[in-house]
Amino acid sequence: MRREVPLVLTAIVGITMIIAHFIPPLNILKNLFEDWFFIIAAFAIYLGILNLILINGDKIYKKQKGWPFGVVVILGFLVITVIGIFFSGGKSFQDPGTPFYYIYMNLYYPLSATMFALLAFFVASASYRAFRARNVEASMLLGAAFILMLGRVPIGYWVSAGLGHALAYAADWIMDFPQTAGQRAIMIGIALGVVSSALRVILGLERAYSAGE
Amino acid sequence: MNETTNQEKKTFWEKLLSIDRRIIFLFIAVAISVPLFFKTSLDMPVSPVVQEVYNAIDKLRAGSKVLVSFDYDPSSMPELQPMAESFFRQCFRKNLKVIIMGLWPQGPLQANIALEQVFKDEDIKAKNLQYGIDYVNLGFTAGNEVVIDRMGHDFRESYPADSRGTPLSEIPLMKGVRNYDNIDLILNLSAGYPGTMEWVQYAVDVFHVKLAAGNTAVQAPSMYPYIQTGQLAGVLGGMKGGAEYEIAIKNPAKAVSYMFSQAIAHAVICFFIIIGNIAFFSLRKKKTS
Amino acid sequence: MSKRENVTKARAGKSVTLDLSFLFLIFLALFLLFGQSILAEEVPTAQEEIAIPKDSVLPVPPTNVIAKDIPNDKGGAITISWERSADDGGGAKNVTGYEILRSTKRDEGYEHIGNVPPGATSFSDNVTKDKVLYFYKIRAISPTGTSESEPSAPAFSKRQWFDFSRLSLFILSLIIGFAIFYFIEKAKSEKGLFIRKIAGLEAVDDAVGRATEMGRKIIFIPGIMDMDSMQTIAGVTILGRVAKLAAEYEAKLEVPVSKSLVMVTCREVVKEAYLNAGRPDAYNDDMVYYLTDDQFAYAAALDGIFLRDRPAAVFLQGQFYAEALILAETANSVGAIQIAGTAMPTQLPFFVAACDYTLIGEELFAASAYLSKDPKLLGSLKGQDVGKFIFLLAILIGVVFLTLNSVLGLNLPDLRELFKGI
Repeated sequence: MRREVPLVLTAIVGITMIIAHFIPPLNILKNLFEDWFFIIAAFAIYLGILNLILINGDKIYKKQKGWPFGVVVILGFLVITVIGIFFSGGKSFQDPGTPFYYIYMNLYYPLSATMFALLAFFVASASYRAFRARNVEASMLLGAAFILMLGRVPIGYWVSAGLGHALAYAADWIMDFPQTAGQRAIMIGIALGVVSSALRVILGLERAYSAGE
Repeated sequence: MNETTNQEKKTFWEKLLSIDRRIIFLFIAVAISVPLFFKTSLDMPVSPVVQEVYNAIDKLRAGSKVLVSFDYDPSSMPELQPMAESFFRQCFRKNLKVIIMGLWPQGPLQANIALEQVFKDEDIKAKNLQYGIDYVNLGFTAGNEVVIDRMGHDFRESYPADSRGTPLSEIPLMKGVRNYDNIDLILNLSAGYPGTMEWVQYAVDVFHVKLAAGNTAVQAPSMYPYIQTGQLAGVLGGMKGGAEYEIAIKNPAKAVSYMFSQAIAHAVICFFIIIGNIAFFSLRKKKTS
Repeated sequence: MSKRENVTKARAGKSVTLDLSFLFLIFLALFLLFGQSILAEEVPTAQEEIAIPKDSVLPVPPTNVIAKDIPNDKGGAITISWERSADDGGGAKNVTGYEILRSTKRDEGYEHIGNVPPGATSFSDNVTKDKVLYFYKIRAISPTGTSESEPSAPAFSKRQWFDFSRLSLFILSLIIGFAIFYFIEKAKSEKGLFIRKIAGLEAVDDAVGRATEMGRKIIFIPGIMDMDSMQTIAGVTILGRVAKLAAEYEAKLEVPVSKSLVMVTCREVVKEAYLNAGRPDAYNDDMVYYLTDDQFAYAAALDGIFLRDRPAAVFLQGQFYAEALILAETANSVGAIQIAGTAMPTQLPFFVAACDYTLIGEELFAASAYLSKDPKLLGSLKGQDVGKFIFLLAILIGVVFLTLNSVLGLNLPDLRELFKGI
C-alpha cells in the first residue's frame, strides 16, 4: 500500500492535469490540485525551518566545529522574523520606513547583491580556463565569444567605428540567428525530455523519486 | 645559455596557464571599480529589441493601463532596477496608469524602491501622483504561473486586495480592470523563475496580451526566439539593455554610467583569454618540437 | 533474482498495460460523449444610420455592438466588441471612456457591469449564466454627457467540452504519447536497445570511488527548485543511484537542499538506497538537511561547505539558476570532481566550462533509463525521438516552403499556421 497509493495518486493527478488542458470544464479540478500543491509547499516550509533550527541547535549544544555560525543562523532567523511580524506595521511591512524595510535595504540587499556579484569574478576565471582554441569547434566558440563580449558593450561600437561599427552589428547578428537557433534546438529537446519523463512518472515506470525501485 | 632561457620561457608559460585565480579576481575588481569613479557618458545606439519596448509604451494614450510584474530580488537590482526606474519615468511622463505586482516575494518591495527614486524627479513630483489613482501596488502572491493564468480570468482570483490590504473594488484605478482585456501592455522584469517564459506561455499564448520584458543578461538570449515569433514585443537585456532604454527615454542614468565599468571588465576578460591562448599554443609548440 | 524484484517487475508490466488501456479509454469516451462543440450563433444586427443633430453636445454613440460566446472555455463568459465613438480620438475628441451595460431584456433593465478607457473596442463579461440570453449596450462618456449605442443582438454563453484552439497540440501530444507507449511495450520483447554513451553518467562510479579512496565527502545538490520541477525529479533519481554506490563503497554522502519537500523526498530516497545496498545502519537522517529557500543564501552556504569540508566529488543535478557558476567554480577550486546536469539552457554553458562532466538537457532526463538499463525506460527514450523527428521534419519542410515562396514567388502553405495552437 505504501508504494501503490502514491503511484495511483500521481497517475490520477497527472492524467487529470493533462486532460484539463484540453477540456475547459475540468479547469476546476486543475485549479484545485494546484492550490493543494501550494498549500502543502507552504506548510512544508515549517519542516525546513524546524530542521534548520534542530541541526544548528544541536551543533551549538554539542559545540561541534563551526558552532558560532549556528548561533548566527538562529539569531538572524529569529530577529528578522520577529521584527517583520511584530514591529513593521502589519500588512504594509514592506513599505519604505518600516524596520523590516531598513533590514532589507541595509542587510539583505547588500548580501544578496554581493553573492550575485561573485559571478563577475567566476566568469573571468572560468573563461580563462575554458576558452582554449584546441580544435576548430573550440576556435569558432572562442571567436564568437570575442565578438559578443566586445560587441555587446560600447567598446565594440567604438573600435569598429572605422568599419561601420561591424563588431556591434556582428554581435547582434550572432544573437539573432545562430544563438537563437541553438536555444530553440535545446529548448525543443528539453521539452521532449520533460514530456517523456513526466509520462514515465505518471505511468509509474519512474519510481526512484518516491523511494521505490 | 639557450637551455636556461628555454627553461625560463617554459616555466613562465606554464605558470601563466596555472595562474592563481585570485590574480584574475584582482584584475577584474580593479577593472570594475576604478571606472565607477569616472563620470562618463557613453554614446551607444539603441538596438531594435530595446527600441520596440520603448515604442510599445510610447504608442499608448494617456490613461492607458499598464501592468508591471516585478519578478526579481536584490541580487539582480543592478541590472533590472534601472529598467524599472526608466519604465516608471516613461509611464508617468505619458500619464499612464501603472499597476504593480510581483511573483517573487521581494518584487513589490523592489517596485517601492524604484518609485521612491523616480518620485524625486522634479517633473514627476510636479504631477502629484496619487496612490490608488495613478498607480497601485498589488503586492506578492504565491502561485507562480498559476497566478498568471488566473489573472487572465479575473485579477481578484489572485489579488482580492492590494499590498496594503485595501479591496480592489475600493481602489479607483482598479475599477473597470477585471482581467488582461482591460490592460494595454504588460512589462515583466524578470531574473529567473517565475518570469518571462511563464508570462509568454500563460498570458501571451492563452490570453493574447501584449508583453515586453526586461531580463538579466544571462536570461536575455533565451528570449530571442519569442521576439522572432511575435510573442514578445521587445526585450531589455542586461545592463546594456537598461542603458539603451535610458538613452531611448532621454534620461541617461545609472545603467549608462555602469556601462563604462562593464566595457572595461569585458576587455580585461578578453585580454586574459588572449594571454591564456598564447600560453597554450606556446606550450603546445614546445611539446611538439 | 529475488522475490521482491520479480513482484516489482510483474507489477510494473501490469501497470503500464493497465495505464495504457485506461488512458485510451478516457480519450475515446471523451470524444464520443463530448465530441463536437456548438458555437453560439451570431444573429447579425442591421447596420443602422444614427442621425446626429448638428448642435448636439453629447458624444457620438458607439456603433455595431456585437456580443458572442467566448469559444473554447468552460462557459460563463461573453465577449462584446464595438466600433468606437466618432468623438473618441477624432471629432470633438472628448470621450473619456465607455461603460458596458447588460440586460436580459432588449429595451429595459440595463445594469452597469464594467468600464473601459477611451480607445477600447472590446470587453469580456466573465460573470454570465450559461444559456441565458443577454443584451449589451455601450455608453460613451464625456464631460458634456453620455450617449448609448443600440443594443446588441442577444447572445448566450455556454461551455465547450473541448478547446479546439489547442487541437494541433492535442494531436501532437497523442502522436508523441503513443509513440512512447508503443516503444515501451516493444522494448519488453526487444533486447539490447542501443543508447549512446553518456560520459557524465559513466563517471558516477569513478567519482564515488574517488571519494572513498580520498576519505572525503560526496556532496549531492539536487538543484534549487521544488518537487514540481521535472529536473528536480530527475536529479533525485540520480541521487538514488549515487546513494546506493556510496552505501556500497562506504563513502560519506551529504545532501544539502533548498526546499523542504525536496528534503523529505531525498531522505526517503537515500534511506531506501542504503536499505537496498544492505547498509541501513549507515544511514542517518542528518545526511539530508535543509539550508534555506533563498537562492544566494543557499549558494553562500554551499560555498562555505565546499571550502571547509573540501569534498572529493560534487554532483550538481537538477534545476539551477545564477548560482550555478558560483557553485561550480568554488567546487573546482577545492579540487573536487564535478558531475553536473541541468536542462536550463542559460546555465549549461557555465557548467560545461567549469565542470568535469555535464549532462546536457535531455541527458539529465535520460539518466534514470541509462543507469538502470531498464528496457521499458530505454523504450521511452526511443519514443521521444519520434517527437524529435516530427519537429525536424516540420522545420525542414517549413524552411523549404518559405524559401521557395520568397525566392520563386510560389504560394506554398505556411506551416506556422498548423502549429498555431501549440
